[in-house]
Amino acid sequence: MTHPFIFLEWLEHQLHLHLGNHITYTWLVMALLILIAVLVKRSIKTVPSGLQNFLEPIIESIDGMIEETMGPKGKAYFPLIATIAFFILVSNLIALIPGFFPPTANLNTNAAMALTVFAMTHIIGVKEHGIGYFKHFCGPVIWLAPLIVPIEIVGHLARPLSLTLRLFGNMYGHEIVLMIFFGLVPFIVPLPMMLMGVLVAFIQTFVFMLLSMIYIAGSLEEAH
Amino acid sequence: MEFFAWCVVAAGIGMGLGSFGTGIGQGLAIQKAVEGVARNPGASGKIMTIMLIGLAMIESLAIYVFVVAMIILFANPFTDTVVQMLSK
Repeated sequence: MTHPFIFLEWLEHQLHLHLGNHITYTWLVMALLILIAVLVKRSIKTVPSGLQNFLEPIIESIDGMIEETMGPKGKAYFPLIATIAFFILVSNLIALIPGFFPPTANLNTNAAMALTVFAMTHIIGVKEHGIGYFKHFCGPVIWLAPLIVPIEIVGHLARPLSLTLRLFGNMYGHEIVLMIFFGLVPFIVPLPMMLMGVLVAFIQTFVFMLLSMIYIAGSLEEAH
Repeated sequence: MEFFAWCVVAAGIGMGLGSFGTGIGQGLAIQKAVEGVARNPGASGKIMTIMLIGLAMIESLAIYVFVVAMIILFANPFTDTVVQMLSK
């Protein structure tokens, strides 16, 4: 259940295309983010003003969070984390505008992001530790390895699943609740739910970002 | 037709049970976090971060139940079989 009128779906219909709402709105969010990035980059100054003033504290706080959770080595992964964070935040927030569909309320978008993070953690692990990365899966003592390895593998495979389903469930659930409230009493009553939607959008972005940082930090550290 | 009625009942009861346990768990987590902040307001930033991760972890249990409920209601894999059996 989504908003009854979704303008890109209508546009798609006029052009006789079959792409799916999540694809078109992903493109919309991407275009929006790229546009803002280009606008800010064109007029970058030492004394910030306007849009740069708005974006600098956000970037700085993400940078500080990465330093805090991942250590100095984590700085290299700032682009990945920040891109995911901005994309999820903007996609979550456009859900509150009538006529917009959040791309994160679809399993495919979330699975794509979660699998990227999942693949990155292992690529980073192999890059940092070489073959010694597989010590991470073997537990503290070598003769416990047959017991630990299956558990670790299941634990690692559960990561993308839980990342995907958490974001999807939150956004889709919120969308459904909002539409049900809207159907029951379309005046004033859905407002508190929409306020909660803003909160959920920020918290889910934060959680996705923090968990991907923790996963990457886990593969950066030495095996014990 | 009874099959679909039971599906709705199952989805409702499952969601209720799932959110029951999750609610208790989140309540306990927030209780401890608030106690921690009351004792040491200086550590509120760090406690907030850890609490949010924990809450997200606990919450994902309820979200799994929600996804299963949605599958039961809207994407039930047995619908075709039941409809075929009914039409016979």
